[in-house]
Amino acid sequence: MAIVVKRPKLKWWEQLYLPGILKGLGITLRHFFATLRGKTKVTMQYPEEKWNDHLPEHYRGAPALVTDEQDRERCVACQLCEFICPPRAITIKPEEIPSEDKWAKVEKRPREFDIDMIRCIYCGLCEEVCPEQAIFLRKDYSITGTSRAEMVHHKKKLYEIGGQRVGLVNKWNELK
Amino acid sequence: MDWTFLALSVVKIIGLVFLVILPMVAYSVWAERRVSAAIQDRVGPNRVGIAGLLQPMADGLKFILKEDFTPDHVRKTYYWMAPALTMIPALLTCAVLPFGSRLFGEKMVIADLDVGPLFVFAIASLSVYGIVLAGWASNSKYPFFGGVRSTSQMISYEIALGLSIVPLLMIFGTLNLGEIVQYQAENGWALLPLWGESLSLKGFLLFIPIFISFIIFMTSIFAETNRLPFDLPECETELVAGYHTEYSSMKFALFFLGEYAAMIIGSGLAVTLFFGGWSLPFGWLAPESIEADVPWWQGLIHIGVFFGKVIAIILFFIWIRWSLPRFRYDQLMRLGWIFFFEIAVINVILTAVILIWVK
Repeated sequence: MAIVVKRPKLKWWEQLYLPGILKGLGITLRHFFATLRGKTKVTMQYPEEKWNDHLPEHYRGAPALVTDEQDRERCVACQLCEFICPPRAITIKPEEIPSEDKWAKVEKRPREFDIDMIRCIYCGLCEEVCPEQAIFLRKDYSITGTSRAEMVHHKKKLYEIGGQRVGLVNKWNELK
Repeated sequence: MDWTFLALSVVKIIGLVFLVILPMVAYSVWAERRVSAAIQDRVGPNRVGIAGLLQPMADGLKFILKEDFTPDHVRKTYYWMAPALTMIPALLTCAVLPFGSRLFGEKMVIADLDVGPLFVFAIASLSVYGIVLAGWASNSKYPFFGGVRSTSQMISYEIALGLSIVPLLMIFGTLNLGEIVQYQAENGWALLPLWGESLSLKGFLLFIPIFISFIIFMTSIFAETNRLPFDLPECETELVAGYHTEYSSMKFALFFLGEYAAMIIGSGLAVTLFFGGWSLPFGWLAPESIEADVPWWQGLIHIGVFFGKVIAIILFFIWIRWSLPRFRYDQLMRLGWIFFFEIAVINVILTAVILIWVK
């Protein structure tokens, strides 16, 4: 069934267009002067003004590895993140922790931990899946490089971004 | 041959076209972008130079350095001719505009023709050939539609445009734009009849047809220069970019510059006919007659006043563009043929009646 759209009956002065045009011009003029006086919130001037202070708590930036309060790397190289990673950005080469090491009972640690930031889609599944709370998405968002090789974050870089994180997961604590 | 006349003309042409009009074109593009940004609560180009003032140079450099690509399927000759055909008429029309009174005893107009408005309309209507040729030679559907639309738009608006200034010419009694400005300087601007002879019952009655002409004239100038709300030949939302879809680099820039140059000349014509050209309001610093000499500083003030008014009208053009939506095609034709044409004709008769019967 066809729907008949009721058109409003215009008065004669409305059919002249001119009052409508003047009204529209008034609106744009108001916006123009509001912007000139800095009343409207406008674009962020990016390189000078950064996002840093404006990011929300739940922001998902670059993934990074963290150490615990005893400076032990939390990652136990279970490779769950590597398997769940949708774009396969993570590559882990595990190694055994030698028996003379203080943390020998942890048994495994990553020898190499690479995240290819060209592939990473910042989905946060690695953080979600990690049983040790070793990988977190931080607020770093401006990941740049001049070559593909530069865009791969190695283990050192990952710990640099992540730093130390105190809290939960204490089953590897010496005292236990 | 009079060599001084020739030399002076060359100086005036170079001074007006290359030192004033073309920089104004570049900066009206900048103004367009900044004003539109302010209207839409944005910032606009502000990186190159202070407040983005060097942006036109950067744009120009970009256009020059870009690859000048000619598609394989175009008609080469016409394709190459078209951009020049839109740019040249736009710049030619500025020959008759009086952009100042006198400077060092020399009339500030390139060609002091006695058929000023007719010359402007005759040349300005040529620019449609550039658009139609571009649309036709591009040999693809969007430019073709743009060209066809441009043709019918021009036909429907040029009649109203021509008729709209007939009342003014009847009142001024001359077709020489310099004399028209001199008349307004002495007897009140067409749209500000508050001194001289127009301060009378007849003057106030004549204001009615002049105001109607002004509205028709401005609307037609918008259509003539392909500006929104009548930019149907380019019409980004329907036709990609209309007639210049297939153009790139400097050839595209020529269309762009031609459009803005036409806008400046249109504004200049509106200023000359309706806002007293180079004259200040209330007859301040007005020369006694068209032949009277003017001190050099007054001459400079007059030139400044003219371009100040032109800039104001250009800002109005920009303001309109970012306020109004585009007309639909049938609405445009209706407006041109059914309303403006008839109103303009009635307006001519009304003016004649007032001129004859009111003393």
